[in-house]
Amino acid sequence: MKMIGSKLNTSSFLNLFERFCDKYKLVFVILFGILAYSVPLLGLSRSTLRLLVMIALYSMLGMGLNVLVGYTGQVSLGHAGFYAIGAYVCALLQVDAGWNFWAAMLAGGIFSALVGFLLGLPTLRLSGTYLSIVTLGFCEVVQMILKQWESVTYGNYGIRNIPKPELFGFVFNLQNGGFYIIILSLAILTAVGCTLIKNSKTGRAFIAIREDELAATMMGIRTAKYKIMAFILSAFITGIAGGFYSVINNGYIEPTNFVFNISVLILSVVILGGLGTIRGMVFGAAVLMLFPEVFRFLNEWRFVIYGLLLVVMMQFRPQGALGWRSSMPYRLSGRTKKQLERRSKQPEDHREEQEA
Amino acid sequence: MEYCLKAENITMQFGGLYAVDNVSFSVKQGEIVSLIGPNGAGKTTIFNMLTGVYRITGGTIEFFGERIEKKTPQEIVALGISRTFQNLRLFPKMRVIENVLVGAHIRTKYTFFDGLFRTKRFRLEESEKTIRAVDILEDIGLKQHIDSYADSLPYGEQRKVEIARAIATDAKLLLLDEPAAGMNPAETEELLRFIRELKSKGYTILLIEHDMSVVMNISDRIYVLDHGKLIAEGLPEEIANDPKVIEAYLGGEREHADNQ
Repeated sequence: MKMIGSKLNTSSFLNLFERFCDKYKLVFVILFGILAYSVPLLGLSRSTLRLLVMIALYSMLGMGLNVLVGYTGQVSLGHAGFYAIGAYVCALLQVDAGWNFWAAMLAGGIFSALVGFLLGLPTLRLSGTYLSIVTLGFCEVVQMILKQWESVTYGNYGIRNIPKPELFGFVFNLQNGGFYIIILSLAILTAVGCTLIKNSKTGRAFIAIREDELAATMMGIRTAKYKIMAFILSAFITGIAGGFYSVINNGYIEPTNFVFNISVLILSVVILGGLGTIRGMVFGAAVLMLFPEVFRFLNEWRFVIYGLLLVVMMQFRPQGALGWRSSMPYRLSGRTKKQLERRSKQPEDHREEQEA
Repeated sequence: MEYCLKAENITMQFGGLYAVDNVSFSVKQGEIVSLIGPNGAGKTTIFNMLTGVYRITGGTIEFFGERIEKKTPQEIVALGISRTFQNLRLFPKMRVIENVLVGAHIRTKYTFFDGLFRTKRFRLEESEKTIRAVDILEDIGLKQHIDSYADSLPYGEQRKVEIARAIATDAKLLLLDEPAAGMNPAETEELLRFIRELKSKGYTILLIEHDMSVVMNISDRIYVLDHGKLIAEGLPEEIANDPKVIEAYLGGEREHADNQ
């Protein structure tokens, strides 16, 4: 307790909260897991289930964009494009080629990642506002292709009769909570994956590039490679989310599901929640998905209010609502801790031997 | 003794301006060599040339006999030259230990997928690098700040983090750009002790410094630059009494200097 006392500062409540969470981490994780997966048993209404699905979906989209914006510091306004590519590839492979959902979704993610690689190439020369404009253009290009290339994409008519996902004879739909279970699992997988990447040399390279690109270069980081990698990873996650979206929309998608507004919405999730955090993505998604439900009478003004929210956030809390810094010590692996402890004991042992 | 670094007639031209004009110098292995000169003399430009930030417009640079003037910064770090910056360039929102681990990036061999799946290779190497980072930070006197965020440290301590980060690249040659700037005398003394310790561990050091007490105290040899040209070189005591150096520093007081 003494140590905590000496480290207290302005956000002392937060620190205590963090320490508390960290101490009972395992309990919380198990509790959360049981609760989250037992939601479909509660017999919730269709609209509530749909809301939960959308929150999980946008958490995942937020995490995908977060890899790029939060970790690597490259702003993208084109993620509706990757979202669309994932959705269309997944839907078309099912409808026209008869693939099953799972393979088609994966293919959508991979194809989206491929396009992410191509879009990543200009980042070698562009950054900041210029890059944002390029990604914005990308979003519009995808939109145009979906509308005009009718022989493949069915144009404005959209893709109809996309089948529901199936696994060993079980058909997933909204009513039986199947959609919820799928997206919850996908979001959790994404969160775990992002965390693992963030705490490895790849994640540190991403963040170093965001913090100071020249210094990162001078430490030997191949910044071009890592920026493209961030694009690929981000596009992959977003593409998978798109694939999932294609099956939950009453078996029907059309180009207007993936307009520029969606890019802004995803970016809003990231900025509102807290750049570079996972908890922030869930929070941001929850707020932005609940908003239109709670304030239905403001629906016309939705994007005006989102815009306002972004400006206010940027001005007063650029790190995002949940973007606080951890006050916990740097997490060392068990192996590292053991070795450090053994080593710090050694000199004392020697001394004792000498004295003896 | 083997030459660690040998620059011959290196020139850096920006349009009509010669920021560095036909400068030659060398650093032997295990030496501490200082580069001094008034503001705008071209010292930091030389660091940028050595580390591949600028593509030099003339001359050759050899590092242990290998030509490096056309290599990228990443290749040069890999060969074993690492630097610090005059204006701090830490990764401010990362922890101190993470900053040092970024320095170890280039010596960390595991792949993206090793990291994602936490393979044995990842666990072994990550642990090894982390322990080395802790070692470096303990040596430089930052043990109590390992978990801190870089931008929460006082200025002098941030300079030390930069040096620790440079060491973590497994460099043979360290380029230190005004390491004592912003430090109080006690901190400077501590830094001098640490730099000597580095020398005794086999590091070669090229130093830019304004603080004359530091330069005279620690350098084996000194090169003096003014307006992009080399105006003097020699042992510390020779430099201290060189009229050309005094003129460059005090400006147009040649007669006064000569009279002395």
